[in-house]
Amino acid sequence: MSGSSSSSVAGRDIVALEGVTKRFPGIVANDSVDLSIRPGEVHVLLGENGAGKSTLIGMLSGLQQPDEGRILVDGKPTPITSPRHALALGIGTVFQHMMLVPTLTVAENLLLGGPWWQRPRSEELETRVAEITSSLGITVKLHAKVSELSLGEQQQVEILRAMVRNSRLLILDESTSMLTPKGIEELGALMRRLVEQGLAIVFITHKLKEAAAFGDRISVLKLGRKVGEIPPERFRALGEQEIISEIVELMFGKQKDDPEAAQRPTRTIRADAVPLLQVADLSVAPTENAPGLSSISFDIRPGEILGIAGIDGNGQKQLAEALAGQRAATRGSVRLEGTAIDALSVGERRKRGLRYLTDDRLGEGTVGTFPVSINFFLKQVGAAPFWRSGVEQRAEIDRHAAELVREYDVRTPSLKTPVARLSGGNIQKVLLARELAEGAKVVIFNKPTYGLDLANTLASRQRIRDTAARGLAVLLISTDLEELLVMCDRVAVIANGAVVGTVENTDDARTRIGRLMIGLAA
Amino acid sequence: MSIDSAPTASATALDATSGAATRRDILHRLLMTLGPILAALVIAGFILLAVGVDPLAYYGYVLEKGLFSPLGIQQTLTRMAPLLFLAAGLIVAFRAGMWNLGGDGQFLLGAVTAAASAPMLVEILPAWPALICSFLIAMVVAMIWSLVPALLRAYQGVNEIITTLMMTFLGTSLANVLVKLVFRDPATTVPQTRTLPVEDRLPRLFDTTVTSGLLLGLAAIVIVHLVMTRTAFGLKLRIVGANPRAAVHAGLGVPGLTIAVFAISAGLAGLAGAVDIIGVQGNVRADWNPAYGLAVIPAVFLARMNGFAAIGFVFLLSVLSIGGESAARRLGVPNHFTLVLVSIVLIVLALAEYIDHRYNQSRKA
Ligand SMILES: Nc1ncnc2c1ncn2[C@@H]1O[C@H](COP(=O)(O)OP(=O)(O)OP(=O)(O)O)[C@@H](O)[C@H]1O
Ligand SMILES: [Mg+2]
Repeated sequence: MSGSSSSSVAGRDIVALEGVTKRFPGIVANDSVDLSIRPGEVHVLLGENGAGKSTLIGMLSGLQQPDEGRILVDGKPTPITSPRHALALGIGTVFQHMMLVPTLTVAENLLLGGPWWQRPRSEELETRVAEITSSLGITVKLHAKVSELSLGEQQQVEILRAMVRNSRLLILDESTSMLTPKGIEELGALMRRLVEQGLAIVFITHKLKEAAAFGDRISVLKLGRKVGEIPPERFRALGEQEIISEIVELMFGKQKDDPEAAQRPTRTIRADAVPLLQVADLSVAPTENAPGLSSISFDIRPGEILGIAGIDGNGQKQLAEALAGQRAATRGSVRLEGTAIDALSVGERRKRGLRYLTDDRLGEGTVGTFPVSINFFLKQVGAAPFWRSGVEQRAEIDRHAAELVREYDVRTPSLKTPVARLSGGNIQKVLLARELAEGAKVVIFNKPTYGLDLANTLASRQRIRDTAARGLAVLLISTDLEELLVMCDRVAVIANGAVVGTVENTDDARTRIGRLMIGLAA
Repeated sequence: MSIDSAPTASATALDATSGAATRRDILHRLLMTLGPILAALVIAGFILLAVGVDPLAYYGYVLEKGLFSPLGIQQTLTRMAPLLFLAAGLIVAFRAGMWNLGGDGQFLLGAVTAAASAPMLVEILPAWPALICSFLIAMVVAMIWSLVPALLRAYQGVNEIITTLMMTFLGTSLANVLVKLVFRDPATTVPQTRTLPVEDRLPRLFDTTVTSGLLLGLAAIVIVHLVMTRTAFGLKLRIVGANPRAAVHAGLGVPGLTIAVFAISAGLAGLAGAVDIIGVQGNVRADWNPAYGLAVIPAVFLARMNGFAAIGFVFLLSVLSIGGESAARRLGVPNHFTLVLVSIVLIVLALAEYIDHRYNQSRKA
C-alpha cells in the first residue's frame, strides 16, 4: 500500500528507544521496549488499551522520563527533559487527551510556547495555518475560543499545532478517533506527503484498517512489552487482509477474519410500540462559533437504536446536552415515556432513566484526581447502598466497583488509583460501566467506543445491542460510519445543527448516508 | 501568588488522602512542610539581622511567650478558638473550589451582632439559651452577608475572589458603623458595644484562662473534616471544586451547592467572631479588626485543606501571633513581622514544591 520507501531517505533513525522501561505504582507500563523511528516512515504503534502506547510517546515528548533504558536522538543518547525540549529537538506530539487551553482562542493556543519576550507573530501564523489547512482539507476557526469547539475540532487544532512547529518527528496518539471516514483518509494522504518530504511519523490507532492503509512499519505492544514488528519490506509484501490478521494474532493471540465486519442487526421492533423518547422541534441557540440546533424531531421506540451521523462539531454535542438537560433549549419538547421532561434538571432526568455517555471523558465525564471507585458512582452520590443517611459506605462502594472493574475489564492497579492515571481506553470503560448500570430507559451514547481497542470495541457494541434488546431506546452518536452501520436501525444525518435526512439501515444505507453528508438528497 | 499555586496543591492533596498514602509519602510530606518552615525561619532571621535585631532573641521571645510560659500558652490556646472556626470555614470553601476571602468582614459582623445581642439576651433568658441564640444570630448575619457573592457566583459566574474581598471592606466598615451608631454602649466614653459580664461568658477550662471556645473550635474543624471526606454532601462539594463541569454532567445542583458553600463558610466565620466575643473579649471596640481571616489562609494552605493538619498549623499560627506580639513589643520590631514570616514560609514552600518536582524529573532523566 505504502508509496515511498525508507531506502530513498536513508535508513538512519531519527529517534530510537533502547530497552526503555517505565514503571508506575503497581504496573510496568513499558518493559524494555526497543523502537526505531526513521525518516520517511509512518511507524504505526498498536496495542490493547493500557498496553503502554501513550506512556511510550509520553517519554518521547518529554512528559515523562524512562526509569531504565535510553532514548537516542540522531544516534546520540539524549534525555528529553521537558515538552519544550522535545519541541526543540523537532518532536511534535498530538496527545490522546486534549492539551489546549480552553479559555484561549485557537490562534492564541497555536502561538503559545514562543519566547515570552517576543510579541506573538499572528500574521505569520495566519499564512502558515492557511497553507496547512488547505493541504489538509480542513477549516479551523482561528478566532474561536477552544472551549466552544467540539472535541473533533479540537483534535484538528492539535494536529495543526504540531504541524505549525515544523517538526521532524510527528507523533499522533489516536488522532483519528473523532474524524469522519473522509477526514481520516485526508489525514492519511497528508501523512504520506509528509513522510515523502522526509518526516518521520508515529501513528497510534485502534483501527487496524488505518494501520494497514497508512503504515510503513508496525510495532505491537502488549502488556508493556513489544511483542512484534512488521518491517517495511514485509509490510509491502503483504496484502491488507494478511496484515490485519497478522496484527490480530500478535495482539490477541487468536486468528479472526475481518473482526470488524459484524453482521447488521436483525432486531424486530414493533412499529406500533409507543416511542420511549420523543423529540419534537428541539432548538438551541447558536453561539458565535458553534452551531445551535434547528428544529430537530425524532422518535426512538423501545429496542431501537437510532444513529446520528455527521462530521463532529455539527451540533451532536448540543443535541446530546439538550437531551440530557445540560443545555437550555429555546424551543421544542422532549418526552420520556410520554411525559415532558423539558423542565427537569440533569439529575431528575437521570433518575427517570435517561442516561448520557459523554465523549469528553476527562473534561466532564470523570473527576481525574478522584479514585476509580468513586468515579463509577459519580452520578449516584448520596444514593443507597453506596451512601446511607449521607454517609459514605466505603466497603459497599469498593465491592461494587470491584465487580464493575471485573465485568468491564478495566485495567487499573487498584480501585484507589486516580482515574486520570488510567489509559484512555480504560477510562472509557469506566464511563460505559457507569451509564449502563440498572434503571436506564433511554441511553445517549456519544462516541461510545472512542479510544477502545478492537476487543473492547466489539464487546461494548455487543453491550449496547444487548441494552437495546432489553427494550431500551438508544441514541448512538458517532463519526464512525462503520459503527453506525453495524449498530443502528435507522441513521439520521446531522449537518449544521439540523437533521438533513434519516435513512433506514438497509443495504444501500452507506451510499445514502454518504450523499446526505455531502449535502445531496438521499 | 499563593492563590495560583493552590488549586494544584489541593488536587494532589485530595488524592493523597484518598489514595494509598504510604508511610514514605507521609514522611516526604512532612519533610516538604517542615523543611521550608525551618528555611523560612532562617531567612526571616537574616531580615531581622538586617534591621538590627537579634533573631535568636526574637525567636526566643516568641517561643517563651507563645509556648513555654504558662500564661502565654493559655493565651495561645485561647486565640486558637476563633482561628479554628475560620479555618473550618475556609476548608469547606477551598475544597469546593471557592475562594471565600471575605472571612474578615463575616467575622466582624458576627462579632458585632454577638456583642450586641449577648448582653441583652442574658438579661431575659437563662445563660445557655442566651449564648446559643447569640451564636445563631451571629452565624445567620454572616451567612446573609455572603449571599451577594454567593448569588453572583452561582447564577452569573462572577468571580468570588473580587466580590468577597469587596464585601469584606464593606463588612468591616458596616461593623464599625454599627458599633459607633447603633450598638454603642451609652455608659462608656470610648465607642464600644455593651460588655458581656465575665460570669456570663463561655466558661474557662478547668483552672486555666483557656476558653472553652477552644473545644467548640476543635469540634467544628473535626466535623467539617469528616463531612468533607466521609459524606455524600462533602463529596458533592469536592466534585464541584475539582471539576465543575463534571458536577454539572453528574446532575449536581451546582448553584445550590455554591450558595450552601458560601453560607457554611461565612456561617463558620460568623461563629468565629461570636466565639471570640462571647468567650474572650466581651465587647467590640470601634475600629477593632484583628484580621484573623487573612492570617488563617496560609495555615489552611499549609495543611492542604486537611482538618487535622489545620489544627496543628493553627496552633503554630497562634504561637507566632501571641509570641510575636510580645517579642515585637520587647524588641521594637513592627507587630506585623509575623505576617512577613508567614509569607516567607509560603514562598519557600512554593519554591520547595517546584524544586522537588524538578528533582523528581531529573533523577529519572
Ligand atoms: N501517570 C500515570 N500514573 C500511573 N499509572 C499510569 C500513568 N500513566 C499511565 N499509567 C498506566 O500505565 C499503563 C499504560 O497506559 P497507557 O496510557 O500508556 O496505555 P495505552 O496503550 O495508551 O492505552 P489506550 O489505548 O487505552 O490509550 C496503564 O495501565 C495505565 O494505568
Ligand atoms: Mg493511550
